[in-house]
Amino acid sequence: MSAEPDGPEDRLRRLTTIWSRAVFPVTSTSLTRPEFEERLLPLARLLSDALRARTFDAGAGEAAGAGLVAAHCTAPEALSRSLDCVDAYLVLYCGEGGDQEDLRARSARLQHAMAAGFARALRERTLAEQEAISQAALRAQGVVAQALHASEARFRAVFEGAAIGIGIADLDGNILQVNEALLRMFGGSEQGVRGRNVRDWTHAEDAPQVWRLYEELVRGEREHYHVEKAFYRPDGTALWTNLTVSLLRDADGNPQYQLALMEDTTERRLLNLRLRYEATHDALTGLPNRTLFFERLEKTLNAGEGQRFGLCYLDLDGFKTINDSLGHAAGDRLLVEVADRLQACATAPGEMVARLGGDEFVALTTGPDTQREVDELASRIMNALVAPVRIEGRELTVRGSIGVVEGPVGERSAAEVLRSADITMYRAKSAGGNRFELADPEADARAITRHGLTTALPAALDRGEFFIEYQPLVHLGDGSVRGAEALVRWLHPQHGVLGPDRFIPLAEHTGLIVPLGRWVMEQSVRQARAWRERHGDAGPLRINVNLSPCQLHHPGLVQDTVEILERTGVTPDALCLEVTESALIGADDDLLKPLRRLAEMGVDIALDDFGTGYSNLANLRRLPVSVLKLDRSFTRGMQQFPADPVDLKIVEGIVALAHSLDLAVTVEGVETGAQAEQLRVLGCDTAQGWYYARPGPPERLHELALVDAAG
Amino acid sequence: MERPAWAPRSIDISVPSVARIYDYYLGGSHNFEVDREAARKAMEFMPGLPKIMQANRAFMRRAVRFALDEGITQFVDIGSGIPTFGNVHEVAQSADSGARVLYVDHDPVAVAHSQAVLAGNDDTDVLAADLRKPREILESPRLRRLIDLNRPVALLLVAILHFVEDADDPYGAVAELRDALAPGSLLVLTHASYEGIPLPPERSEGAVDVYKDIRNPLIMRSREEITRFFEGYEMVEPGVVPPPLWRPQTAPEDEDPYAFSGFAGVGRTA
Repeated sequence: MSAEPDGPEDRLRRLTTIWSRAVFPVTSTSLTRPEFEERLLPLARLLSDALRARTFDAGAGEAAGAGLVAAHCTAPEALSRSLDCVDAYLVLYCGEGGDQEDLRARSARLQHAMAAGFARALRERTLAEQEAISQAALRAQGVVAQALHASEARFRAVFEGAAIGIGIADLDGNILQVNEALLRMFGGSEQGVRGRNVRDWTHAEDAPQVWRLYEELVRGEREHYHVEKAFYRPDGTALWTNLTVSLLRDADGNPQYQLALMEDTTERRLLNLRLRYEATHDALTGLPNRTLFFERLEKTLNAGEGQRFGLCYLDLDGFKTINDSLGHAAGDRLLVEVADRLQACATAPGEMVARLGGDEFVALTTGPDTQREVDELASRIMNALVAPVRIEGRELTVRGSIGVVEGPVGERSAAEVLRSADITMYRAKSAGGNRFELADPEADARAITRHGLTTALPAALDRGEFFIEYQPLVHLGDGSVRGAEALVRWLHPQHGVLGPDRFIPLAEHTGLIVPLGRWVMEQSVRQARAWRERHGDAGPLRINVNLSPCQLHHPGLVQDTVEILERTGVTPDALCLEVTESALIGADDDLLKPLRRLAEMGVDIALDDFGTGYSNLANLRRLPVSVLKLDRSFTRGMQQFPADPVDLKIVEGIVALAHSLDLAVTVEGVETGAQAEQLRVLGCDTAQGWYYARPGPPERLHELALVDAAG
Repeated sequence: MERPAWAPRSIDISVPSVARIYDYYLGGSHNFEVDREAARKAMEFMPGLPKIMQANRAFMRRAVRFALDEGITQFVDIGSGIPTFGNVHEVAQSADSGARVLYVDHDPVAVAHSQAVLAGNDDTDVLAADLRKPREILESPRLRRLIDLNRPVALLLVAILHFVEDADDPYGAVAELRDALAPGSLLVLTHASYEGIPLPPERSEGAVDVYKDIRNPLIMRSREEITRFFEGYEMVEPGVVPPPLWRPQTAPEDEDPYAFSGFAGVGRTA
């Protein structure tokens, strides 16, 4: 702003400059001094105007004082310096031409008013600012408190709404606070929970470590622990929980409270118990089942040294018959009755009875003295079965076979023990049943091998593990090969070549003998045809095939034989069927009929192993046989020199008898030339034995026959 | 439990606050007796403390105007404290009515007061956050609402970095903020230092100890250390200097000797 030099405006500015220079150092404004001076100029003008106004008004002074505060001059020095300045320069610069005394009086009054205005404004500003900062502090506190409140409310909601039971107690065990979930677990009433002491909450089923852990925690030696624990509800029922207890420490780390979190597992536990019971018990009899029995047996067998065990494996004799004839309902009732009786037999500690399935039961006894106890246990079981069982008005006699295994623990696995018991039980059963047998390791081993071979038999036939060796039958008169006996062998993958004595009884037992026999017959007959084709000129070679008793009874024998012969295109006289004497003992006409039909067709029938059975000579006439095969026991006596005269007489007699009945005689087991010569002299027709050849592949026979023919 | 990151466990107004002490130095009454007591104690050692603050404010005022002259209309003032006479938004909005200012402070009372003062001014806002957690500042919705980080921003760190200890990595925080700024942004910074204080060092240390006692230690840094905050910036003339010497509008020799304490500077991002 331009002002006339030394005019009123210029003088006012000079006053303001002096004023601002005086006050600026005691302000804390961020304005520059020239900027600050601009803020003071209106205030100076107010004072100047009031000084010269027609009517004096001290209010301008008050406004100027307030203006100072507004310009951020809040320091007391700002007022005193301002008053000094006004006092010294206002009249000087702005009072030109007026009455000096009057002007000085006005200036003084303006200064008083300025002081009052400054004080009032400063007071108001101070109060306002104090008010503002207090409000701000309050609001800030409010925000924090709200956050805290919200957080606390959330915590409370978590505490109260949690599905898990929460409780807080002091370190003396006094329960301070629990949530709703915990109350509900305890039956919903507060009296059983609040005001109680944690230490009152013992339960008969507390694990030993539960209270040791508790003491460690309240002593501050442990931060938390987790246990499964039961509590008594006020009504006496059990509350089962998964319990986690944590130690709460104060800000300085000193133990302060204990916090318990508990999950109600009562239902789950009951369900588990029930499922466990169902999984380990037999639904029909309520006895422990195979699973539980194995668990117990395994536990027993893993017990410490010095312990023994005894096991009775019971299988009812003839249960299948009862089931088949009276129905399953009756069978089930019988089993229930038997189960009850067995249970009554094994009541001592360490004894248990289980049903393994079907009509198989086991009784187990454990302890140091089972050698005696297991015998008594088996006897008790046998006795328990003696009384007949009454079902649907019938009195059923129950018998059983028991396999007993006894021994020290720690030597055999549960499966091995049970297998031994099973084998022994079968031994008892095949010995006629209604008895108990003690396990015997050798019998077990045999049975295990037998079992293995038996189960492998069907697959062996499919896989072609069988083969046939031929042992020549030689005419004693001229030494020519007249035929051969077919002998079946089993090339077992593990056991090597097995002779018929090892597996034919098993095949008989399982019925596999029928397909196996058919296979042997077919192979042998084919072989016979091959020989005939090759050297029919060497005379009609005949093949001897063994028939087992089972095959003899098989209704398809005749048809199978005929089919094989026809299919192969070989005449019946090329085949000789060997039947043991014992198989025909007491044979009736029905049994002999198939043999007769075969004989009528031209198939030769040889009576094998003659002389080992009853040798019912009278019977010979009745049988459709054409050959007698003397058992090797007769020829054994001729191996020595001189030969046993009694044996010579017997053989001579038999040969005479046979010839008189028009039967040819074959001898087995010829091992020396002397023997052969002796038998020739005695009139035997054909012979077989190592002297001529051991059983071998068909090519061997071929060679022999050729040699023979050439000879 | 969730608590706003900035909110202390409680507001304890019996503990002095550096923001309110600052207000007291500047002649304000936004303070309580504990604040005034601490301030008076510090002033026993350094009677000229208010002059240092005043010089800081005057520098800030000049720097804001400089930024406006550079065409910058967005301001982020971290450590803004208690709004007092001559705030950034007053300076900025008097020159450019569209200027936007975000105040940031971690003192909840300062924030609450700022909210009251700024009520109704849509181009300003206040954010409760801590310089030590720059990500929270940069990602806050309040900043995103007001400040366009794709355009130049004037970042004010006036009289705050000397309250951040090295352990809290003040250089890292400043660098993180810098990396978020668009090219042409300005860093406006002042920092306390023993250099320039017209007193023997033991007197200054007495004042520093007062801040230590109120658990807001004052970290005095050398000019070289202060200059390092401008790493990645191109210094605006005259560089890092005592506050009255930064682009003065009046003769520096008129200034109070205390005004030359500490350093001030402005840097520009490339």
